[in-house]
Amino acid sequence: MELVQMQKSLQDYTKSLFLDGVLDSQFLQLQQLQDESNPDFVSQVVTLFFQDSDRILNDLSLSLDQQVVDFKKVDPHVHQLKGSSSSIGAQRVKNACVVFRSFCEQQNVEGCHRCLQQVKQEYYLVKNRLETLFKLEQQIVASGGMIPAMELGF
Amino acid sequence: MSIACELSNPNLKKTKAEKRITTKILLIRVLCGLVVLWLCLSLSLGFLCICKKKESASDDESSSSAKGMLFRNQKNVSRSEIDAMLSLFFDSNQVTSFECRKESDGITCSLSTRSEKEEDEEEEEAKRHVVAELMSSSDNDEEGGVLHEVVLFYVINKWHWWLVLCVLLVGGGRMIFARKEVSSFVQDKQQQQQQCKRAGQWRKNMLLLCIIAGVSFSVLWFWDTNEEILFQRKETLTNMCEERARVLQDQFNVSMNHVHALSILVSTFHHGKTPSAIDQKTFGEYTERTNFERPLTSGVAYALKVTHSEREKFEKEHGWSIKKMDFEDQTLVQGFDPAPVQDEYAPVIFAQETVSHIVSVDMMSGKEDRENILRARALGKGVLTSPFKLLKSNHLGVILTFAVYNTNLPHDATEEERIQATIGYLGASYDMPSLVEKLLQQLASKQTISVNVYDTTNASSVIKMYGSEVGDMSEEHISSLDFGDPFRKHEMHCRFTQKPPIPWLAILPPGFALVITFLLGHIFNGAINRIATVEEDYQKMMELKARAEAADVAKSQFLATVSHEIRTPMVGVLGMLKLLMDTDLDAKQLDFAETAHGSGKDLISLINEVLDQAKIESGRLELENVPFDLRFLLDNVSSLLSGKAAEKGIELAVYVSSNVPAVIVGDLEDEILKQRLGSDETSCNTLSGYPAVNASGSWRNFKTFQDHSCDKTELLVTVEDTGVGIPVDAQSRIFTPFMQADSSTSRTYGGTGIGLSISKRLVELMQGEIGFVSKPGVGTTFSFTGVFGERERDSSVTALELFDQSIQEFQGLKALVIDSRNIRAEVTRYHLQRVGVSSVDIASSLATASTSCASKLVNMDLILIDKDAWNKEEYVAFNSGQETSTRPPKIILLATFTTPAELSEIKSSGLVDEVVMKPLRMSVLVCCLQETMGSGGKKRQTNRKPKNLGNLLRGKQILVVDDTMVNRRVADAVLRKYGALVTCVDSGKAAFAMLKPPHDFHACFMDLQMPEMDGFEATRRVRDLEEEMNKKEESRKWHTPILAMTADVIQATNEKCIKCGMDGFVSKPFEEEELYSSVARFFDK
Repeated sequence: MELVQMQKSLQDYTKSLFLDGVLDSQFLQLQQLQDESNPDFVSQVVTLFFQDSDRILNDLSLSLDQQVVDFKKVDPHVHQLKGSSSSIGAQRVKNACVVFRSFCEQQNVEGCHRCLQQVKQEYYLVKNRLETLFKLEQQIVASGGMIPAMELGF
Repeated sequence: MSIACELSNPNLKKTKAEKRITTKILLIRVLCGLVVLWLCLSLSLGFLCICKKKESASDDESSSSAKGMLFRNQKNVSRSEIDAMLSLFFDSNQVTSFECRKESDGITCSLSTRSEKEEDEEEEEAKRHVVAELMSSSDNDEEGGVLHEVVLFYVINKWHWWLVLCVLLVGGGRMIFARKEVSSFVQDKQQQQQQCKRAGQWRKNMLLLCIIAGVSFSVLWFWDTNEEILFQRKETLTNMCEERARVLQDQFNVSMNHVHALSILVSTFHHGKTPSAIDQKTFGEYTERTNFERPLTSGVAYALKVTHSEREKFEKEHGWSIKKMDFEDQTLVQGFDPAPVQDEYAPVIFAQETVSHIVSVDMMSGKEDRENILRARALGKGVLTSPFKLLKSNHLGVILTFAVYNTNLPHDATEEERIQATIGYLGASYDMPSLVEKLLQQLASKQTISVNVYDTTNASSVIKMYGSEVGDMSEEHISSLDFGDPFRKHEMHCRFTQKPPIPWLAILPPGFALVITFLLGHIFNGAINRIATVEEDYQKMMELKARAEAADVAKSQFLATVSHEIRTPMVGVLGMLKLLMDTDLDAKQLDFAETAHGSGKDLISLINEVLDQAKIESGRLELENVPFDLRFLLDNVSSLLSGKAAEKGIELAVYVSSNVPAVIVGDLEDEILKQRLGSDETSCNTLSGYPAVNASGSWRNFKTFQDHSCDKTELLVTVEDTGVGIPVDAQSRIFTPFMQADSSTSRTYGGTGIGLSISKRLVELMQGEIGFVSKPGVGTTFSFTGVFGERERDSSVTALELFDQSIQEFQGLKALVIDSRNIRAEVTRYHLQRVGVSSVDIASSLATASTSCASKLVNMDLILIDKDAWNKEEYVAFNSGQETSTRPPKIILLATFTTPAELSEIKSSGLVDEVVMKPLRMSVLVCCLQETMGSGGKKRQTNRKPKNLGNLLRGKQILVVDDTMVNRRVADAVLRKYGALVTCVDSGKAAFAMLKPPHDFHACFMDLQMPEMDGFEATRRVRDLEEEMNKKEESRKWHTPILAMTADVIQATNEKCIKCGMDGFVSKPFEEEELYSSVARFFDK
């Protein structure tokens, strides 16, 4: 019974992630890619994403704190972040990155700073949420249950 | 990109063209300058020539004519003189000598005739000869001169006209040239404007030059003509004056000669004979008789030289005393006082009757006469007095005095000898006014000129001998007169009596030329201004056009961007709505959510349509030929539309004629075609709405194979409906974008009205025609044709392959279609035949089927029953009847729209094996048949596509290039899932190294934005490398498919991808279907 409840709460939680726009369908595809041959695929990718993003955000903060901001350096970073976030389906991070890039094009330092904060915020949000999600999953797996497949059709 | 190319290319061309043009202009200008210079030179040369010519001609003319005149007169005079001489004397030692020198440019004639004591005839002949020759030569010369002059003038005139013509031609040519110039480069505005301005300025200057040339030409012409006229006038005056002067001179000389002869006569007969043979009577008679010889003399008298010592003797001899001349009272002859005592006297002894009153008057007593006498005897020649008032007649006159010598003096006798030898004096008085008067009367046109004769011996006090001060004082010709007395100088002044007339001849033609010049100038000025305005307008228009084009491009770009941007959030909106609808909602909320969802979908479709329209309008939509299976395509179309059709309660069916080839090479835009077909039908639906399909019953979606040439196929596609039809008045504007049949239509049925216009454009792109027939209340039939290529059946494009296996299974099955409507049954049969069911029977109802072909019915494998013909009871009965049969036919119900409840009811009844929703589609039919026949599993059905992708990618070596680890990982996982062997690299450089032939990769997925070397650059390098390899190795062609991975798929990126050698692109993150379609092209071989 507890297991069922846990499964239900996982389902609800995942749904809320989608409803909040933190994640999009790409994440579902990732989950579909995960199979017997590759049981930890999603968590691997997400971990990679976290590592990558931490580095990029760090670089970005450094770059933007410079006296003279070199936008030619900033833009590829943001692009990278955008690419990786869209790959795992972190929708809000991706959207923030789009805005960030437009500010980069305008060479608006002020806007970039704001966007960086925004991106960081979104990033920490998605990180928290995903970590919670993985914890839930692990709990279910630990208690011997199956992770319910998500069916989200648009 | 392409725009930039287009812009840069004409620029290049233009600069070249411009260079060429500038050199041309330079050349033309230089040529013009040369022509003008040459013309000026020739003109001035010609002018100089003509002036010289004129001068020489006039010189010759005047001299020759004067001389000719002289000779003529001489001739006449000498003839009469000789006649007179003949009658009286026979010995004359006079020597007549004529010398004539005549010079002209052509003939130099020097003639000298000396006749000394010749026979009369001979002399005359010789003189005549001379005269004739001179006259003729002078005539010739004159004529020649005039001829020369005329020709030259004509030539000069010609030159003038040539000049004008040349200038005009050059101007005209320049204008045409300029116009061409204008039309040849239109792009670069600034350059163009400068060019135009320069051209305009050039033209204006040219025109000004032309006008100035024209005016100066006219002035020159006028001046030239006027000058000529004046010259002629002067010449005439000179000629006349000279003529008169010569005549006067000649007459005078002749008279003088005669007086001389008289003196000799007196010396011979008075002094030479003793006693004297002459007395007063003889002298008077002789002189009177020979007076015609001296028409100019009023009288002659002979005075004897008497010294003072001889005075008394002389007075005694003659019986009168020597009288003194009295000037106080000339009329009183009687009042002559005796002459005062002097050394010497010259009393007149003989006198002509007219002057007999001066007999016995001492000529020495008059001052003038005395001087005259003294000079005459000293010189031995005729001597003239200055003019003075003559006695009695009171006219101005001169006295000619000859000395008479007693011996024949030699020529070189000294003065002393002459004085010694003098024995008397012969005097003749000339009455000047009557003399001149007489002369002038002999000559023609005496009215036109007035003549004055002056004695100019004393330059300070000129004495007028004849004439009046009338006439035009501005021009005067002075000819000198030689009366044989070197001491005296006389001049003749001639002038015209009237002022010169206005030279109309000189004014009119140049005036006309001037007027023409100004007229031409006006016309050309107008033309130039017009050209300038046109050019300016043209500039403006070009500018506006460029702006409009730019605006159009901007519009398209804006539309594309905005549409793209709108679509992305709309997907979110729709997804969320769908999620919302899945949650627990009450009926009202669900309704709202559904409405919102529907609207969102409509919005997306509208955006797609607008995007297409924009694409077509901007001409960027190009058709690409890709083979496709029409039937399969139509299946997709019908499935796409099935939802909509079901909503509206419309039954939809597709029928393709068996004549249509399986595979058609058509436009790449099969996707769009598909959509368009869809929208076509949608529009149709929207317009006519299918209110009661079942009622009218006739419907089909009909394709006919129309014409078939070797490799081109023309398809006729017909879309029929049985709707409300299109109102007649709206039919004309159906194809206009955003035009609905009427506003109420859109309200009733929705839709934007853009679909048909897009369809029309697409059809036009496919070289086809679109048209429709519609009857309100009956329905509408849209039809269009399109030209397609044909190709052999190719498994890659026919979806048939997917079902090949199943189709083989179905072969040999027998089916019965039960349908109350024939056409519908026909369509069902067509679909069944497609899936391989060869023998299909049709019956209108189960009852008829069972009665008419009961035996057959038993053998049937399949019975397809349309829901309209479904009768539950009947089938229950039928089914029960079949219970015994070993292998009952499977019964499939074809339903158009069924509620889920109804469906489940039918299914649960167990009477029917399967329910197939219409419209019929191959895939659906195959699934259904497989299920019913038990030959296929559901699992297989669901996994078909991914499995297929797996088949496609299985074992393929694929290189993934992305700098982001996460992306790499995801792509790797996705591709691996489909069985591909994936290698990942993290940069363009690494990818380049990996793709260096030879390698084993079957494909490469390349991220576009990467540090150091981006996807474009890497691809370009790989392609270059491959080309090199291909050149070396003939055996194998290297071309690794490279697909771009990109998050933003916009037109420009797409174009750039293709341009740098990529084969296609997939959006990131991967979507199964898209991945499949893009990879299928390369691996499905």
